[in-house]
Amino acid sequence: MALPKYTETRYRVWHYSYIIICTAVFFFLIAPLFVIIPLSFNAEQYIHFSDGMLALQPEAFSLRWYEDMVYGTKNPWGIAARNSIYYAFFATIGATVLGTVAALGLSSRYMPYKQLIMSVLISPMIIPLIISGSAIFFSLAKLGLAATFPGIVIAHIILGTPFVVITVTATLSGFDDSITRAASSLGSTPTNTFFKITLPLITPGIISGALFAFVTSFDEIVVILFVAGGDRNLTTIPLQMWTGLREQLSPTIMAVATCLIVLSTLILIVTELLRRRSERIRGISAQ
Amino acid sequence: MSAEIRTSDGELLSVKLRKVERRRRTTAFLLAAPLLFFIVFAYVIPIFQMLGRSVDNVQMNEFLGNTHNVMQEWDGTEMPGEDVTSTFFYELKGLVAEKNHGKIATRLNYEKGGFTSLIKKTARKLNDFDENGNFLDQFIDTHKKWGDIEYWLALKRGTDAYHFRKYLTTFDYEQKFDGSIERIPEKKRINVTLWLRTIFVAAGVTFCCFLLAYPISHLLSVLPTRYSNLLMICVLLPFWTSLLVRTSSWMVLLQKQGVLNDTLVSLGIVADEGRLELMYNMTGTFIAMTQILLPFMVLPLYSVMKTIPPSLMRAATSMGATPFLAFRKIYFPLTYAGISAGSILVFVLSIGYYITPALVGGAKGTLISNRIAYHMQQSLDWSLATAMAAVLLVAVLIVYWLYNKIVGIDNMRLG
Repeated sequence: MALPKYTETRYRVWHYSYIIICTAVFFFLIAPLFVIIPLSFNAEQYIHFSDGMLALQPEAFSLRWYEDMVYGTKNPWGIAARNSIYYAFFATIGATVLGTVAALGLSSRYMPYKQLIMSVLISPMIIPLIISGSAIFFSLAKLGLAATFPGIVIAHIILGTPFVVITVTATLSGFDDSITRAASSLGSTPTNTFFKITLPLITPGIISGALFAFVTSFDEIVVILFVAGGDRNLTTIPLQMWTGLREQLSPTIMAVATCLIVLSTLILIVTELLRRRSERIRGISAQ
Repeated sequence: MSAEIRTSDGELLSVKLRKVERRRRTTAFLLAAPLLFFIVFAYVIPIFQMLGRSVDNVQMNEFLGNTHNVMQEWDGTEMPGEDVTSTFFYELKGLVAEKNHGKIATRLNYEKGGFTSLIKKTARKLNDFDENGNFLDQFIDTHKKWGDIEYWLALKRGTDAYHFRKYLTTFDYEQKFDGSIERIPEKKRINVTLWLRTIFVAAGVTFCCFLLAYPISHLLSVLPTRYSNLLMICVLLPFWTSLLVRTSSWMVLLQKQGVLNDTLVSLGIVADEGRLELMYNMTGTFIAMTQILLPFMVLPLYSVMKTIPPSLMRAATSMGATPFLAFRKIYFPLTYAGISAGSILVFVLSIGYYITPALVGGAKGTLISNRIAYHMQQSLDWSLATAMAAVLLVAVLIVYWLYNKIVGIDNMRLG
């Protein structure tokens, strides 16, 4: 980004102010997340940087809020974490299978009413969650599934499928049909071709869709507010955070939030690796 | 006439081709069918059923069906006759026996305030009624409100099987008992304020996201991949982080005793007594939503800008355009697709935002979604909640349709 020597002063000024603006925006994006991490190690009960912390005195830091998160009895973070993982696990499987199969159909040139069907399938992502939440709640209540494990999983499958459909269709849109035709011309059955040729090529897309579905379920708060119906045994991490945040910001929430930031960092790394792998096997140079 | 072309098994080629095509269409549809049926039955139909609640009053109509039928003859200019009051007496008595009078009290209270206590008091005294006496007088004796004709009018229209009055309430209008439609008293108007605020916040957040996203998307698209991948983390990490984590970080920052205020005080910019009110108002909602939705603007913009060859700008400047003119005439128009994709996405997401306004917005910064949630969960006026939801849904679907027209769902990309 170095400027050539002959650049006029006003463009120089403009260039540096552009860099400053960009830095500020990146800072605005990322800084709020990093405020939480040091605060979760606070030895005091208040959520602010104590003088000791600013002076980097070791006694101003502690792990007591992490202890409270794991062993504390007031908030059932353990149950919440277990539930969140269970819901997300089953919702991911459901959403990925349904979404991938649908995406295979939607990517076909012969798919009838493609636009219309696509709009319907994507709608859970577009329609405000408050509407989705109450509608799903009413229908689950009618079936006697409100505030039950299967009910919550169904709700999360609904919310997760659009992401799988979008990512897998996007992967398939760059798919070279001549590869499968080559396979069939060499005597491969359609099933064999699918499992040996198509599936390995679109796996990165499926995994990234599955990750989206997982995160959607894992972070989901609005629909679960309706569907869980205040049952403590069905609670999830976001639900516990929501209740906690409405009462009072506690350092324990900061500890949970820090764990979630670590988790999202892991997810980010996985998606980045997937993207590179996908570019490599599809012959797009990643430089 | 041209010779008919046949395949090796003797069938007409055109017929055979059509068959193959039909089979492929069926296969494609069958693949999409499981999810389509799942979404339609578990999601689309429930939404319509729920929205039906905004006009549905069938239960009331069943509870007080006879009264409703008799009342159709009554024109409402003077107190109802004995046919109405006696029918109502017997029907109410039946409802009290089945312990259903609480439900009608709640519903009628939406038509006219004071009905809850009125029905409850009357229900207790129904056994004291003399079935040979004048019913209207006895009703008035149990509670003087029965002497007010408006309660009878409310009973009449409150037992219609369907009504659209909740849609008037959604926009702070009401239907008077004489049928005229008027705005409700100024003190009670809240919904229009919330609608306007929601649109204002959604448009404002979209515009701010655009202003902030444009320079950084440009930077990301021109930097060498090595650096841009690194900077992309700043966009993607918040994108993958839990919404509640990001909202709580804004609460930590914006509180009165929060990090931002602490910093300003210690720097001496703000006096300790004059700490800024950054949270529990519109400012908080606005700042937090902008940061949370910014990645949704950056990603589409970046993917469009990435495809613009840098040689275009060089060509423009080499032909004498100033960098500013080249940007305005060449670069900016080429990014329209990204701008519209990002803007529509951010707008549609912010118009239905619920969690962040509820936590950061306080009373002054809540949006229409919070009002819907309030009616769903606290006031339990489900007809009003669903009427508001229907209006919100229509608004969102219009934007969704626009998105489809301009950008195309097929071009939606994530991450």
